[in-house]
Amino acid sequence: MAIEIKMPALSPTMEEGTLAKWLVKVGQSVASGDILAEIETDKATMEFEAVDEGVITAISVAEGSEGVKVGTVIATLAVEGEVADPVPSAPVAASAPTLPAADSAPDTATPPPAARASSPAANGDRVIASPLAKRIAAQAGVDLRSITGTGPGGRIVKADVEAASRGAAPRLATAVPAVGASQPTVAAVAPDFGIPYESEKLNNVRKTIARRLTEAKQTIPHIYLTVDVRLDALLKLRGELNTALEADGVKLSVNDLLIKALGKALLRVPKCNVSFAGDELRKYARADVSVAVAAPSGLITPIIVDAANKGLAQISTEMKVLAEKAKSGKLQPHEYQGGTASLSNLGMFGIKQFEAVINPPQAMIMAVGAGEQRPYVVDGALAIASVMCATGSFDHRAIDGADGAQLMQAFKDLVEQPLGLVA
Amino acid sequence: MANDYDLVVLGSGPGGYVAAIRAAQLGLKVAIVERENLGGICLNWGCIPTKALLRSAEVFHTMKHAAAYGLAADNIRADLDAVVKRSRSVAKQLNQGIAHLMKKNKITVHMGAGRLTAPRKLEVQNDKGTQALSAKHIIVATGARARDLPFAPADGQRVWTYRHAMTPKELPTKLLVIGSGAIGIEFASFYNDMGSEVTVVEMLGRIVPVEDEDVSAFLERALVKQGMQILTGAGVEAINVSSVGISAKIKSKDGKMAEMAFSHVIVAVGIAPNTESIGLEALGIKTERGIIAVDDYGQTNVSGVWAIGDVTPGPWLAHKASHEGVIAAEAIAKALGNKDVHPHAMDKANIPGCTYCHPQVASVGLTEAKAKAAGYAVKAGTFPFMGNGKAIALGEPEGFIKTVFDANTGELLGAHMIGAEVTELIQGYVVGKTLETTETELMATVFPHPTLSEMMHESVLAAYGKALHI
Repeated sequence: MAIEIKMPALSPTMEEGTLAKWLVKVGQSVASGDILAEIETDKATMEFEAVDEGVITAISVAEGSEGVKVGTVIATLAVEGEVADPVPSAPVAASAPTLPAADSAPDTATPPPAARASSPAANGDRVIASPLAKRIAAQAGVDLRSITGTGPGGRIVKADVEAASRGAAPRLATAVPAVGASQPTVAAVAPDFGIPYESEKLNNVRKTIARRLTEAKQTIPHIYLTVDVRLDALLKLRGELNTALEADGVKLSVNDLLIKALGKALLRVPKCNVSFAGDELRKYARADVSVAVAAPSGLITPIIVDAANKGLAQISTEMKVLAEKAKSGKLQPHEYQGGTASLSNLGMFGIKQFEAVINPPQAMIMAVGAGEQRPYVVDGALAIASVMCATGSFDHRAIDGADGAQLMQAFKDLVEQPLGLVA
Repeated sequence: MANDYDLVVLGSGPGGYVAAIRAAQLGLKVAIVERENLGGICLNWGCIPTKALLRSAEVFHTMKHAAAYGLAADNIRADLDAVVKRSRSVAKQLNQGIAHLMKKNKITVHMGAGRLTAPRKLEVQNDKGTQALSAKHIIVATGARARDLPFAPADGQRVWTYRHAMTPKELPTKLLVIGSGAIGIEFASFYNDMGSEVTVVEMLGRIVPVEDEDVSAFLERALVKQGMQILTGAGVEAINVSSVGISAKIKSKDGKMAEMAFSHVIVAVGIAPNTESIGLEALGIKTERGIIAVDDYGQTNVSGVWAIGDVTPGPWLAHKASHEGVIAAEAIAKALGNKDVHPHAMDKANIPGCTYCHPQVASVGLTEAKAKAAGYAVKAGTFPFMGNGKAIALGEPEGFIKTVFDANTGELLGAHMIGAEVTELIQGYVVGKTLETTETELMATVFPHPTLSEMMHESVLAAYGKALHI
């Protein structure tokens, strides 16, 4: 009995990935839990574990293959003690194919599992559709896999495609993060002016960044609101807290405090803790702050869940672990997918002020510049103060300017009177 | 409860008996009620016996042209009585076949006139008396009859309907056929071949008006060449019947009235549904001009009462009735709890039509004109019989095959054929259409050589400017 090992969906939205590295060879015995391969998704490299034990009899997708669709058979495993079938006769429970629901499969019957297993279709389950349905779908840009067929045996017919392209086409682009990873990104072919250059193939992370940021800038009307925020009280508090927490091995960064400040500000101004989702507005009851981290493979945004209600020490500890994982490409999908707003800090590079691109489906991102000593008017007199610029980018479809301004005000208040952050 | 059924079918024509068989196959307890002949009109007085007559006419026609095939035949004549006798024996053989099918499927046959008396209740009346039946579901499949002209009621002597025309005692010397639909044209063709002098009067601008305009024009030329007189855009205003013949007042296209003499007239101006006196009104079953309103599965507005075939909206064709019978039987089985049946509504665009005149006519889907009127960008291709080896070998070089495609999607919208054996060819396109083919699959299909079917391939190629043999 042979078991087909298929390209796993390592996150709910994953459609394809790169088979970065095989850690097993043909003929090798594997036990449940052994690492079979490393798979690079659009955000991270993940380890793929064996579920069944047996001997690897075939590796059908080579190391380094890109764009391997979820569900593609990547290897075959023979259960120990049995001879591997040369042609796998039927898929086994472990890799159960997604057959159409029983009640949509009348007497004409869906193709028997054997037929599926032996047909080496490279991209997963076969879509059963009439020639005309296929052509109309291609012309209308409708994905046949998103359609339920009403023809004999659940076959997709013309009427199904027409119904799908008329109304219910799944097109909530802004609401669905990371969907359509297979679509080509900005296929701009740069002209060659004879300047010496070296081309580097884009990795999946870079492709995803390109696609998402293009989507954000092209589809989201951004507005930008900037405030000066005085940091003296916060810096003082941070010093005191770090002294107090030294024994616990905790060292808070300014950023840790800003994460909490943004979380609390979002809860104070819930109109800014939202997502624009096509024909509805999603209002979040919790503030999850995505924090931009520069990883070697590119920008990634691990999340501090419920930042408003976590202690600063916990935020700090979590952030260290997440940043570490981000740098080694080991973040799990749940650790970077989601978030209700983002924080991006380029202060460590001396950047005074900048505007960040919204991270869809979120509706705001806070861009923080360097804290620096500036001449500052305090109580009617010129003084020296530590000040930073904070610029919020808001999705204007979801958030009005005045509401955005309220959020900036709340953020400023929380940073300037930072005792609220420890309460 | 001997007379308590899951399903009672009223009428045993091609709709009714097929519905009964399908329901019995699905395990239902089924009875069928028939007032006259098992198999209904189709089998006893319609499709089948006329095909037997037309086959005789065709053989006769070929015999008369024996010399064209290098054969000699003298003293060729038709024996009308023997031709009719053969036709009747064909009908009888099939009628007995239906009786056998009912028995085999354990379907109870009640001979007599059926009538719905209440929801789930019927009575059957025959010369032995009245019998009450009850059923969870009832299918009305009582069919239709020829429509009469108000000024010329059929008498079976000089004024015939299809039914009289099928069992002539004598060959009409000069025959008037009113109406050029399938029935009118088939009888015109039969009697013309048998030796009658035939005149066809059609009110509309062309004969076989449901067919593609090119087909109508081609057929008219062919029939005129065979000696028929065809008056289109003309109407019969009055008919005077005497013991020696008929005089008809005919208003021609240009409005002129002419008095013409005939020996007989066949009235083929359409059909009327048999929906009177079967109890529909009492149950409140919705009809429109006698035609029963149904949903996609044959369900009427009254729960448990279904209708199929010629009592429902057209096309009024036997194969449409049979198909509706299967759909209704499966929908009823499903309603009774069978989870393994999945009835599918019929797509009326995929119902073929056949006319067995000489040359034959067959079609499916939209004509070129209707496709354009429906807003399609049309690609049409035509291939003539003259370009086909088999047609020439058969001595049948007259006719063509036309295909109509949606230029944008490649959908096969319609196919229209005229010529020898096209009634046997059309189903190739019907299969393709039902499977939602595009031109690509048809072009990629290998057609056997030498056959008439090669023209089906060439016609598709012609639509895309790729025909090989023209």
